Amino acid sequence: MNEKEIKEKVLNLLGEIAPEVDLENVDPKVSFREQMDIDSMDYLNFVIALDEEFEAEIPESDYTKFMSLNSCVEQLKQI
Amino acid sequence: MKNGKEITYREAVRRALQEALLEDERVFLMGEDVGRYGGSYACSHGLLKEFGEERVRDTPLSESGFVGAGIGAALGGMLPIVEVMTVNFSLLALDQIVNSAATLRHMSGGQFSVPLVVRMATGGGRQLAAQHSHSLENWYAHIPGIKVFTPATVTDARYMLAEAIKDPDPVFIFEHAMLYPTKGKIKENGNGFNVERAEICREGSDISLITFGGSLSKALEAAESLSSEGIEAEVIDLRILRPLDTETIINSITKTHRAVIVDEGWKTGSFAGEISAQIMEKAFDELDYPVQRVCSYEVPIPYAEHLEKLALPQANEIIDAVKEMF
Amino acid sequence: MAEFKMPTLGADMTAGTLIGWLKEPGDQVNRGDIIAEVDTDKGVIEVEVFVDGVVEKLLIETGAEVPVGTTLAIINENGKSAEKVTALQKTETKKPIKEKRLRVSPSARKLAEKLGIDLQNVNGSGHGGRIQRKDVELAAQEKSAVAEVKTKPKDKALEKESFTRMRQAIAAAMARSKHEIPHYYLGTKIDMSRALDWLAEENANRSIKERIIYSVLLIKAVALALQQMPEFNAVWENDELKLIEKINVGTAISLRQGGLVAPALHDTNKQSLGDLMKNLRDLVSRTRAGTLRSSELSDSTITVTNLGEQSVETVFGVIYPPQVALVGFGKIYEDVSVINGRIKGCHKINASLAADHRASDGSRGAMLLAKIDKLLQEPEKL
Repeated sequence: MNEKEIKEKVLNLLGEIAPEVDLENVDPKVSFREQMDIDSMDYLNFVIALDEEFEAEIPESDYTKFMSLNSCVEQLKQI
Repeated sequence: MKNGKEITYREAVRRALQEALLEDERVFLMGEDVGRYGGSYACSHGLLKEFGEERVRDTPLSESGFVGAGIGAALGGMLPIVEVMTVNFSLLALDQIVNSAATLRHMSGGQFSVPLVVRMATGGGRQLAAQHSHSLENWYAHIPGIKVFTPATVTDARYMLAEAIKDPDPVFIFEHAMLYPTKGKIKENGNGFNVERAEICREGSDISLITFGGSLSKALEAAESLSSEGIEAEVIDLRILRPLDTETIINSITKTHRAVIVDEGWKTGSFAGEISAQIMEKAFDELDYPVQRVCSYEVPIPYAEHLEKLALPQANEIIDAVKEMF
Repeated sequence: MAEFKMPTLGADMTAGTLIGWLKEPGDQVNRGDIIAEVDTDKGVIEVEVFVDGVVEKLLIETGAEVPVGTTLAIINENGKSAEKVTALQKTETKKPIKEKRLRVSPSARKLAEKLGIDLQNVNGSGHGGRIQRKDVELAAQEKSAVAEVKTKPKDKALEKESFTRMRQAIAAAMARSKHEIPHYYLGTKIDMSRALDWLAEENANRSIKERIIYSVLLIKAVALALQQMPEFNAVWENDELKLIEKINVGTAISLRQGGLVAPALHDTNKQSLGDLMKNLRDLVSRTRAGTLRSSELSDSTITVTNLGEQSVETVFGVIYPPQVALVGFGKIYEDVSVINGRIKGCHKINASLAADHRASDGSRGAMLLAKIDKLLQEPEKL
């Protein structure tokens, strides 16, 4: 899976959790929670979705590594 | 009906009497001081001179006698208009009214009718003390066989009399003593004048103020004040207490769901109680608050000005009663 | 044996209605005792017994109209005990415990029927708690806003309308709250270090899907604290505090594009953390999908809001009527605590209580917050 594909998938997952988000204008450097209305329940659902989509068992201590679009792609590339 | 300048209620009554005397020679006036003195409230001023002693007749102080004479004259084909000075004095004539005037059509199997009109002043507010100030319209409204008109406006004062004369049965007209000097314009009435319906004097959506006679102006004053506080009151002038136009009342309650009845009679056994009962019987499901009554205190009406004012319903009491309901 | 009969209480009386028995089977009666109340044309009359003995049996039910002379009861003149009396007869004669009658204006009752509003859930604003038209209208507004949430509208115009109605419902409820409820506010800082450490350890052993978020600990702690402070798990209705046995914590869930719903987690105090997490997740997703159940919308007995998760330190809540309390939590922040003169870094959360002063006083409110704090210091027991 290349970077572009990963990016698209992550954005799609985000869109399912927070349908009102304007996916075209997500700032890849800024954390999701700073730019959209996402609480810890949403974030947990996001992590679960990542797990299902990428088979990435993300421990709780690593949640911070998946806070922005760039960092997500960076982490998921390695899997 | 002309839409002319303002005239007094007294003048409206006088013109009505004058018109009646002119239109039908069977009509004559009778009562204490109606002739030479011109009426104790000056309603027949000048009529003796215009129509002569045969048709404007002063009577002795004998209510039972001259009301009975009126009944007899009516039975004999005349159209008498009897004036009783105040409702308090009319009690002397109650036997004639209840046992004769109201019953003769029934007792004669429909052979006789009593086309009598009795006018009388009612109500307090003029410091005339406990024997000249009471409001007993409800006593008369209790009696089948007669009609009870309570003109509260100059228009009704001017035109109700003619309708009363036309009626083949006895009609009692109650003129609130405080109304005589008040002024108003006679209203143009497109579809002709009626003595069947109550009149909605002010439209409103939040509460119905139901009243008659001398209390109408107080209800209207209260409604204006309430409007500035966001409560729109509908004011209904009943005009005729018997037969009562319940339809107008019920329609209004259906719209507003609340009612205050303003009645200068004493609360216990008052006409307000009758209206309240009618509402309960016919519009119970429309009520959002128990019907309230603003009536006179249950005391003989006092002479002292400040006490009399306290005893009679006033606009501020109506306002308080209404606000309590919201 | 003596027969106690419907007496004649006047020459023209032919029948009477039994209003109520004042004695039960087994009761000793003496001549002159009042045994029953009977309604006659002359009003309610207390009826005396003319013999001494023990009430053996009551033959006529309350409310029945019977002719004069009908035997109403059997009195055993030699009787001493109530042994012969069966339990069944006893229950038959016991007066039913009257439920408090709902006071509703006739017009409001008619309107509620038309709009399909259950009057049991409507709060009366009139005298003595009488439900009036405006109360029903308010309830209908709230209900329709909820219905709008349920049927997620597709097109923009509808969406806007639904949003407006939700705002109107929130406006109505919150305005009523601030208008009627004398709020008092209390706040305290709670050290969350132990709870968070314990949770991290717990979550390490759980699969992603079973992981618990810290909000669940807060909700459970509130529910357990309420067990000991029942006056906060209650509603204020008809001018009095009504304690509620079940603890159903309403959790404030914000809707995307604005709006807020606080559906109930039923029996919060009895659920394990895992179950609570599962139910909370379900509740959040259903709230946002618009498929809440009516009981979830009406059953909350207190509200917990965790608004602060976003950024704020402290929440000053507005109570959702007829509830009497709201517990708010701010965000978790790093702080220091001083223990035995030594400074230690820690994580804290600001807990606040907005409570109805008609229902409780500040000292009890303070105890509630203290209990929540204490519970959060022993997360393993939650």
